[in-house]
Amino acid sequence: MQVEIVITLRESILDPKGKASHHALENLGFEEISAVRIGKFIQLEVDTDDQARARDLAAAACEKLLANTVMENYEIRIPDSTSN
Amino acid sequence: MKFGVIVFPGSNCDHDAYHALKHVHGIDTSFIWHKDTDLGNVDGIIIPGGFSYGDYLRSGAIARFSPVMTAVADFAARGGPVLGICNGFQILLEAQLLPGTMMANEHLRFTCKFVNLVCQNRRTPFTAEIPDGKILSIPVAHGEGNYYADRDLIKMLEDGNQIVVRYCNEKGEVTPESNPNGSTGNIAGICNKKRNVVGMMPHPERAVEENLGSADGRFFFESALAHIATAT
Repeated sequence: MQVEIVITLRESILDPKGKASHHALENLGFEEISAVRIGKFIQLEVDTDDQARARDLAAAACEKLLANTVMENYEIRIPDSTSN
Repeated sequence: MKFGVIVFPGSNCDHDAYHALKHVHGIDTSFIWHKDTDLGNVDGIIIPGGFSYGDYLRSGAIARFSPVMTAVADFAARGGPVLGICNGFQILLEAQLLPGTMMANEHLRFTCKFVNLVCQNRRTPFTAEIPDGKILSIPVAHGEGNYYADRDLIKMLEDGNQIVVRYCNEKGEVTPESNPNGSTGNIAGICNKKRNVVGMMPHPERAVEENLGSADGRFFFESALAHIATAT
């Protein structure tokens, strides 16, 4: 099953890439876009049909390697369960 | 006396560190491949700069799980001197051998230039020989050298005297203008509580001969020599 992970910088942490991109968007006339935060999208292929198990594995992978929880938050999504 | 320089796929300052240790300071030095699990009989370890594993995911995030890092952690736990330079500093942070984290430079540009540093803790194996009050001229070369620590961690670092070097101007004043990357409190390098593990973004190994623009980096290696000579 496929598991998706979205990693974002914590709210309290300045996001220089997001800030620079927002500035560029402002210059291009996107006045209604008031903030930009840039994160990472990671897709995992997990050999299980058990959603809870897949979530647990993805969370363990985030804690151990994929996210730096000092400065990043992660969100785990299972696309099949959210598509309807 | 023997030093080891850890080599990861993507390390690119390993030979500079080797040159500084072996040819400039006459220290018996060997490279240690990231897959090795035994450091051999070394008295000190350098984790050099570069882009280990292409800096994929986060700088240092994958390197910290290399087999050799378990041996480095054991060596550090026994009090062995470890110096992480640039990417080596990032690896030490990811390995949680040093506290805090590294972010992209505030201005988002890769910065490669000489900076001024003031040493704030001469009681480490790598800084004891820096003359008191000396302003060091040493280059930085990084895109992610923006050291981030929250208020609690900064207080802990300051209370524990763990801030080793800060960016400053030519008068030794720690000013916002002399901060090349946005680091909290102009922090350029820190140490652990036991002070045997030091991480710094500037490259002392690139400033060991006058014809490189500065020989101030020598103080870090001379300190290590003196430290090991008295410890053994």
